[in-house]
This record gives sequence, C-alpha cells and structure tokens, in this order.
Amino acid sequence: MTDVILEVRDITKTFPGVKALDAVSFDIRPGEVHALVGENGAGKSTLMKTLAGLHQPDGGEILYMGKPITVAGPLEARQEGILLIHQELSLSPELSVAENIYLGAWPTNRFGVLKKRELRQNSAKALKALGCGFGPDVRVGTLSVAMQQMVEIARAEAFRANVVIFDEPTASLTDNEKDQLFQTIRNLKSKGVGIVYISHKMDEIFDITDRITVLRDGQVQGTVDTAGTDLNQITRMMIGRTLDNYFVKAKAEFGEEVLRVEGLSNKGLFRDVSFSVRQGEVLGLYGLVGAGRSEVVETIFGVRKADGGKLWWNGAEIPLPTPRQSIDMGMALVPESRKEQGLVLMMGGRENTSLPHLQLFSSGSIMDKKKELETYRKYQEALAIKTTGPDQAVSQLSGGNQQKFVLAKWLCANPKLIILDEPTRGIDVGSKSAIHELIAELAEKGLAVIVISSEMPEVLGVSHRVLTMSEGAVVAAFEGDGLTEENLIDAVSHQPASVAAE
Amino acid sequence: MQDALKGLLRRHGLIVAFMVFLAGVALNTDAFLSAGNILDVLRQVSITGMMAVGVTFVVLTGRLDLSVGSMLTLLTVIVVDQHNQSGPLMAMIITLAAGCALGAINGVLVGYIGLNSLIVTLAMLSFLQGLVLFYSGGSNVNITNAQDTWFAVFGRASLFGIPVPVVMFLAAAAVAAFVLKFTTFGRQIYGVGGNETASVFSGIDSRRAVFWTYVISGLTTGLAAIIMGSRVMGAQNTIGQGYELTVLAGIILGGTSLLGGSGSIGRTVLGIAMLGFIQNGLLLLGFPYYVQWLVTWAVIIIAVWIDLGAKRGRIFA
Ligand SMILES: Nc1ncnc2c1ncn2[C@@H]1O[C@H](COP(=O)(O)OP(=O)(O)OP(=O)(O)O)[C@@H](O)[C@H]1O
Ligand SMILES: [Mg+2]
Repeated sequence: MTDVILEVRDITKTFPGVKALDAVSFDIRPGEVHALVGENGAGKSTLMKTLAGLHQPDGGEILYMGKPITVAGPLEARQEGILLIHQELSLSPELSVAENIYLGAWPTNRFGVLKKRELRQNSAKALKALGCGFGPDVRVGTLSVAMQQMVEIARAEAFRANVVIFDEPTASLTDNEKDQLFQTIRNLKSKGVGIVYISHKMDEIFDITDRITVLRDGQVQGTVDTAGTDLNQITRMMIGRTLDNYFVKAKAEFGEEVLRVEGLSNKGLFRDVSFSVRQGEVLGLYGLVGAGRSEVVETIFGVRKADGGKLWWNGAEIPLPTPRQSIDMGMALVPESRKEQGLVLMMGGRENTSLPHLQLFSSGSIMDKKKELETYRKYQEALAIKTTGPDQAVSQLSGGNQQKFVLAKWLCANPKLIILDEPTRGIDVGSKSAIHELIAELAEKGLAVIVISSEMPEVLGVSHRVLTMSEGAVVAAFEGDGLTEENLIDAVSHQPASVAAE
Repeated sequence: MQDALKGLLRRHGLIVAFMVFLAGVALNTDAFLSAGNILDVLRQVSITGMMAVGVTFVVLTGRLDLSVGSMLTLLTVIVVDQHNQSGPLMAMIITLAAGCALGAINGVLVGYIGLNSLIVTLAMLSFLQGLVLFYSGGSNVNITNAQDTWFAVFGRASLFGIPVPVVMFLAAAAVAAFVLKFTTFGRQIYGVGGNETASVFSGIDSRRAVFWTYVISGLTTGLAAIIMGSRVMGAQNTIGQGYELTVLAGIILGGTSLLGGSGSIGRTVLGIAMLGFIQNGLLLLGFPYYVQWLVTWAVIIIAVWIDLGAKRGRIFA
C-alpha cells in the first residue's frame, strides 16, 4: 500500500496561445484535503479536468494507485473512482436525482432496460449516507444550488470514489450550506478518500485543508503543509506580493440621491421594498441565497416586470424603465450568473465589452472597431484579464477572467449607478482586492454603488450602509457602528413578521 | 504534421471533401469547370442564394424560417400577375412590399409574441400555399407581353458577361455581409443568437431584432421572386415548393449554426454554391436528377453532425 492515491508527473497541456499547464507534478494522499490555489487562469481547473478525463494532457503521466493510467473520459474517470465536482454545476435539470447520480452510467439489464429499482435504492442509500433531506425521485431542477451539489457529491458514495475534486464548491452557497459541505468533506476524509479543494476563499483553505499546492501561470510554485504556513506566504506564492489592506472603504462623502424605490413588489419573489442610494455611497444588500436580492435589482434594472412600486431617478419620478432605458440613463447591472446573464460565450472580450453600449461604439450605426479595441485594451489591462487576444471566445477563459469581462462591459460606459451582484464570485485574492479598491474608487468619483454579496466580510468591508433581506422583504438596515457581523447574522436569521405569520 | 492534418479535416472537412468531389467531376467531364458551366451554376443558385441571404439573418438568431418556399410561390405569382395589371415597376414594388409584410407577420408572431419559430413558419408555409390558390384561382399565370418588357432583365440579361441574377445575388450578399459585420444591428443579431438572456441584460431589444430578421427574410424572398418571375415569365402554383429546404441546406452546409450566434453570409454563399456545384456535377456525371435530393439529404445530415460536434467541443472541452 502506498501512501499516495493519485500522482501526476510533469503534466503539460497547451491550448492555442497558452501553456495552461507546464510540467506540473502533484499528488493526493488518502484521507487528506489538498488545496489547489492560484490566480485566475493559473491552470487549476485545467489540471483537474485532465485528471477527470475532460482534457488529454500533451505530456507527462498520471499514476493511480501506483500504476500509470490514461483517463479517456469523464465516465471512465468516475468508474475508476475519480470524481470531479465542477466549478459550474453540470446536472440535467429535467432528470430525477437518482438518474443524475448515475448520469451516463445507468444500471441496465441485458436488454438495455433501465433497472429502476436498483437505481433508486442505490441512490437513496448514497443520499442517506450524506444526510440529504430529499429523496431520489425529486427532479433536480427544483433543488437549490447547494442541494444540487449534494447530488453531485452523492456520486462519490455511489461510485465509491477514491478521489473527489471540488472546484470552487462554495461560490454560491450560504454559510450554513458551507458548514454542511465541510461536514461532508470531513466525512469523506475519514473514510480515506483523497480530496482536492480549489477555492479563492482563503479562510476556507485554512479551515479545511491539510496541504496547499500553489499554481502560477501553469507551474507549481510549491506544496506546503497548511499547519506550517500562513496567508501571507500563500499570497506571495500566488501573486508574488502580499496584500495588506484587505478592505478599503470609500470616504463617506455623499451627494445627491441617485435612485430611490418605494414599495417595489414582484409577486412570489419580493414585496414592498423601499430604499435609496446617493452619489458616492456604497449600499450593501445582504441576505441568504434565495432572499430575493438579485430579483430586486433585476426588477429595478428592467429585466423583470414589477407588480407595483415607484422609482425616482436623480430626484424625478419616472416609470419603471426597460433595460435599454436603464443603461441609457446611466445604470449598470453586473448580473449574478456570468454564463447565463453576463456574457455571450462565443464572442470575444472586445464584442462582449461593447455589447450594452453599441451606440457609443458606433457612428451612424456603423461599428467603430478602433474605439472598441481601445476600450477593450484599457479594461483588459486595468483588470489584468488573461486572454490571448480581443477575439478569443470568452468560453475559453478561466471562470475568474470571464467575470472580469462582465465587469469591464459595465464599467466602460461610465455609469452613474452601478449594481454589482456578487462581483467577486470566483475571483482570485489579488483581483478581489483590486475590485474592492475599484468599488471605493468609483464611489469616490461620485457613483452610487449597490453591492450584493453573500460574503459577509465583503459586504461589511465595502459598504457604508447595509440592508438585510430575508424571504423577499427588507428586514433591517445598518450603518456606522451598526455594521457588525452579529447584527447581520441576527437580522437574516429572523424571518420577517409577515412571513412567519403565513 | 498528422495532428495538423486532422485539425484541418475536422475544421474544414466538408470543404476538403467538396474539393475532392470537384476534382473527381472535373476529371470525368469536360464541361464542368468551363466558365460557361460555372456561370450557369451560379445563375441556377441565384434564387435560392438570394433567399438564403435573408434567411441567414433568421438562423443567426437561433430561429428558423420554413415559410420562404411557399412565400416565393405567392410572390412570383404576384409579380407576374401585377406585371400584367400595373406594369413592371409597380409589380416589383408591390412584390417587395408584400414580402416584407409577410415577413413582418412571422416577425410579430415569433419575435414579439414569442411563439416557436418552427411552428409559426410551418403554419405560414401552409397558409401561403392556400393563399396562392386563392389569389390565382388555381390557374397558372403568364406575362402577356413577354417579348417586349424590360422586366426580362432580372432573369435573362447579363452585365459584363455575368448574368444579372448572379449580380443581384452577390450584391445582396455583400450588403448583408456588411450589415452583419459592421453595424450595430448585426452585432445585436449575433448577441441574441449567442445568448439571448445576456443580450437582454445588455439592453438589446431581442424581440425587435428577431422581428427585423423576418422582414429581411421576406424582402430577399421578394427579390428572389422578381428573378424567378423574370426568368420564367410566368408562375405555376408550385413554383417555389421545397425551396425552403434547399435554402436551409445551403446555410447549414456553409457552417452557420442552427443553434444561433455563429455563421456568416460568406459561409452561406459558399454553402449555396457548393450545393449548386454538387447537383450540377451529379447531373453532368449522368445521374438521374432525383439523385441530387438523396445527396442533399446526406450532405445536410453530415453538416449538422459536424456543427453539433463542434458545439459540444466548444462547450465541454
Ligand atoms: N478550452 C480551452 N481553450 C483554450 N484555452 C483554454 C481552455 N480552457 C482553459 N484555457 C486557458 O487555460 C488557462 C488556465 O485556465 P483554468 O480554467 O485552468 O484556470 P483556473 O486556474 O481554473 O482559473 P479560475 O480561478 O479563474 O477558475 C487560461 O489561460 C485559460 O484561458
Ligand atoms: Mg477554474
């Protein structure tokens, strides 16, 4: 018995224009949680995709239980006992939980007929082992993100995985759900499963992992024991410098009111929401995932139709705008989901950046490509976005770099109000603090800013004022000395009176 | 080296296969690559090509237009009939206006009301078939003064040795390519086809963009009807039957994706021309005319297969 389950030696992977992995060596021991960290585009997801059979390496070898193997595809990987839980969940929403657990490897009899009972029983067992509160027959589309993730993890039980890889698993989880996930990870660990954990959230890394491997530009910077290192050392290995001031808050100098809403409602999503935000002010919206925060800002922006409510812009009451009107007035919305709402994946960074402001990048309806390129370059440099060129399809970029283009496309037209819905989801520590600095900078330039975040330190760190939402209603507001973790936790864990009564 | 070859085949496999086919036909026949035959093929594809230019706009948004075949029939009947009644110029204006109006009906139903484009345009196909018979009373129409009308120019004349319909087709393609590549409207179309939700979040009125693609499709079908009427100097009630499939086949063959968001007019011109040369080549090789339908079928299946394969690769790799 070796003390290494899986080892990669000198793995190299090149995409057109980028060396994503450059002679990477890495190993996983049974019963350990091994962190993989690095900047956006460092190669973390690519490395894990090669282990899970989604990419074939150009060079190097993979040793599994001491023997060299080639992982032909994701199904083979699963059957070998290597399971990747994706950065973006990859379940079929129309299928049941049981069918998803065994997706593509359904138990069948001689005639190819699905063995439904076996499928259900095995799935139920796996779900039970994880302590999931739902059964195998539920349709996956009706589950929350956290529950869907549990379905993916249930595959680890069902296929008796020896290696489970988590690629940014907590990006859209609430704190409670995160605790639950960590419990599950510790369970897997105690059973001797080797776990790889990718995250940009350093507190999680120090909380749950045993060893940390740092990747930078496709090369391993080193592997260290978590117990024997600290945040500064890891940050330095990741980005070549340390980050001292994590949060910079904009000076609290407010001007005129930019936006005010009163009594905004949207049936089944939220009701009677009222607030205002001023020039130079950063307003935080905090709440658990599903509290209705994104729906509120999407309604203000006009992509959802409101059922009632009034809106003032620069002090004048106006009818609720369409997205086009919102943008032309100077409103910007960085949406929650970059792949569905944020980007046209087959377009390059240049075309994505100009998409909301075509009239600004054209004269007489003819696109001004030069102006487009200039703006693209400016933001690509300012946000340090890693691409091979202005027209590389953004589908080929790493998750964090995609997110940066969503920011670029909304910053480039100098909005008066910018609404940021989870702006740092999936963004590395260096760029994260750059974005926090950017928020402060924008506010000091006189923009009104609304930040939605599920990360408490982030909301507290950047906002002048925080509204908490729960179950579709604003339940409390805090500012100044009231901006404390206890207050926010307290506010969101109490349900609004009207809901409790229902 | 081998990898490079494989990559080439995967990306341009159809074109390589086409070249091989061309070479094969050229070796076995004398006339195939003669200037006369090439111009002939281009003249034959100018009607489907003209229609495909407009339908490409629709397909780029991820939608379909199956109504263009029977729309071509109706518009050809109209242009011929009106030529007799109101003269060539009025006939052309009425035809183009009717094309835009029919396209606008599709556009409202698919774009603004949000109905499924396959069903809407299939229903339109059937409705127009009925309308043709209603309009013509079931009899064929012919241009009465066929010998001395300048209307003959569009189907029969040449400009510097190039048939006028080919010039019209290529000119329309050039304008359309410019619109798609260099204008804000073109960018909106690619945006809507690539990711409609993200486009709506970017303030693009996707309903309006879709609406206009159908109007454009109706307009190019009107232009095609003018060529058709001028060439035949008459119209039967089935003259455009099946054209919608040839048009779609050419678009797919060129590599424009039915899923929307990727493709171009250049590709459509290429696809339509390839289809024309394949059919012409088969005839020259002595195959009966119906073989071209079987081959067209096979070509469509292969093209769609490659399209899906490429998409999967892009999304999951
Ligand atoms: N399919 C692809 N085609 C071309 N380039 C790719 C492809 N997948 C990844 N890359 C490139 O490989 C590099 C590494 O990407 P990867 O997704 O592994 O980064 P990451 O470390 O996971 O980043 P993040 O933290 O942002 O998720 C990036 O430069 C990316 O653009
Ligand atoms: Mg990644």
